Amino acid sequence: MAARMIDKFFASAEAALADIPDGATIMIGGFGNAGMPAMLIDALIAQAARGLTIVNNNAGNADSGLAALIAAKRVRKILCSFPRQADSWHFDKAYRAGEIELELVPQGTLAERIRAAGAGIGAFFTPTAFGTLLAKGKETRRIGERDYVLEHPIHADYALIKADRADRWGNLVYRKTARNFAPIMAMAAKCTVVQVRETVELGALDPEAVVTPGIFVQRIIKIAPSLRKAA
Amino acid sequence: MKKLDRSQMAARVARDIPEGSYVNLGIGLPTLVADHLPKGREIILHSENGVLGIGPKPAPGEEDEDLINAGKEPVTLLAGGAYFHHADSFAMIRGMHLDFAVLGAFQVSVAGDLANWHTGGADAIPAVGGAMDLATGAKKVLVMMEHLTKKGESKIVERCSYPLTGARCVNRIYTDLAVIDVKPDGLHVVEMVDGLSFEELQRLSGVPLRRLATAA
Repeated sequence: MAARMIDKFFASAEAALADIPDGATIMIGGFGNAGMPAMLIDALIAQAARGLTIVNNNAGNADSGLAALIAAKRVRKILCSFPRQADSWHFDKAYRAGEIELELVPQGTLAERIRAAGAGIGAFFTPTAFGTLLAKGKETRRIGERDYVLEHPIHADYALIKADRADRWGNLVYRKTARNFAPIMAMAAKCTVVQVRETVELGALDPEAVVTPGIFVQRIIKIAPSLRKAA
Repeated sequence: MKKLDRSQMAARVARDIPEGSYVNLGIGLPTLVADHLPKGREIILHSENGVLGIGPKPAPGEEDEDLINAGKEPVTLLAGGAYFHHADSFAMIRGMHLDFAVLGAFQVSVAGDLANWHTGGADAIPAVGGAMDLATGAKKVLVMMEHLTKKGESKIVERCSYPLTGARCVNRIYTDLAVIDVKPDGLHVVEMVDGLSFEELQRLSGVPLRRLATAA
């Protein structure tokens, strides 16, 4: 009998997200539309898990993607750096109605807390936010000439991200600034699900240029050509 | 007295950015500085979302939704530019690798405290983005703002009434009236617009200013 090969390709986004339970913590990649895994977010909306904690830089724009997930009342809490935008009306409404909890995190602290989770770091001291409202109640320490705030990692059950190309071992490359949070979210989640534009044979990605090695990736779905523009 | 307009303020800031600098331009007014950097001076622009070496705006129809800046506007990449993930991007900021951050502000205090992220209003939804990282991490923080609020109150204050973005982090303030350095012994006026006297600037500012010997 032939040995079973590693194959992280899934047939559909539905299959890849089927086991997400109520109350899961989910990181969603993207900064604006760049790197936003639209197909996976749509599948998450269809999947019906509730009481979710979402980690993203923003809190949704206009009426689709994360904004639609919030509008469907599926998000209990959001960790982000910049929720308020001209078109964040679904978040604004839920927040003002007290239906969603907000943990506001400086953008660099958000990135570093995600990275720390992926790298097995217990906590770290950063000078960002010292002496501000966002450090209220947090442990501080003077190290050398500077004051620091203690910050803890953000772990996730799932990360939903977008990449440009993947092989079946899960090695990823990205496109331009669509990379943003994806590599560190892939490290921080127990199960990383990736939507990609193109799948390639093993060896087709230049090993010197692989950005996310496959060890950080569990499931890959290729965007159907007909959906590519929308996704 | 002839106040500087937004474009003139941007040009004034651009003049002070030397060849070879790594610079982050904040959203809003500071973004205009890019249009005034002298041609032929190599200055490398950074954006929080993961790019160094931002070039001019793309021509209409040439926009790429995967290539944007922190303001989520389409940009281009210069030859020699690079992409990287968010943790590396903020390591550049927090690890003090950026030479300058140019930021807008609601208020700056005499001690160089910066308030630019939150009005503190009960109904306001707070949003911070990378403001606190830039205020704390850049080697030099340059603030660009109108000198006075719409009501005519000074935005340079004894103590910020808005929530702080960073404490004692501002190095220089560029307003539509003056250029002012923040030093341990107080605020030093480096330059004033034509037709403005030091006494008038002092009266409008409402906080103690010092006059540099070289100030016009």
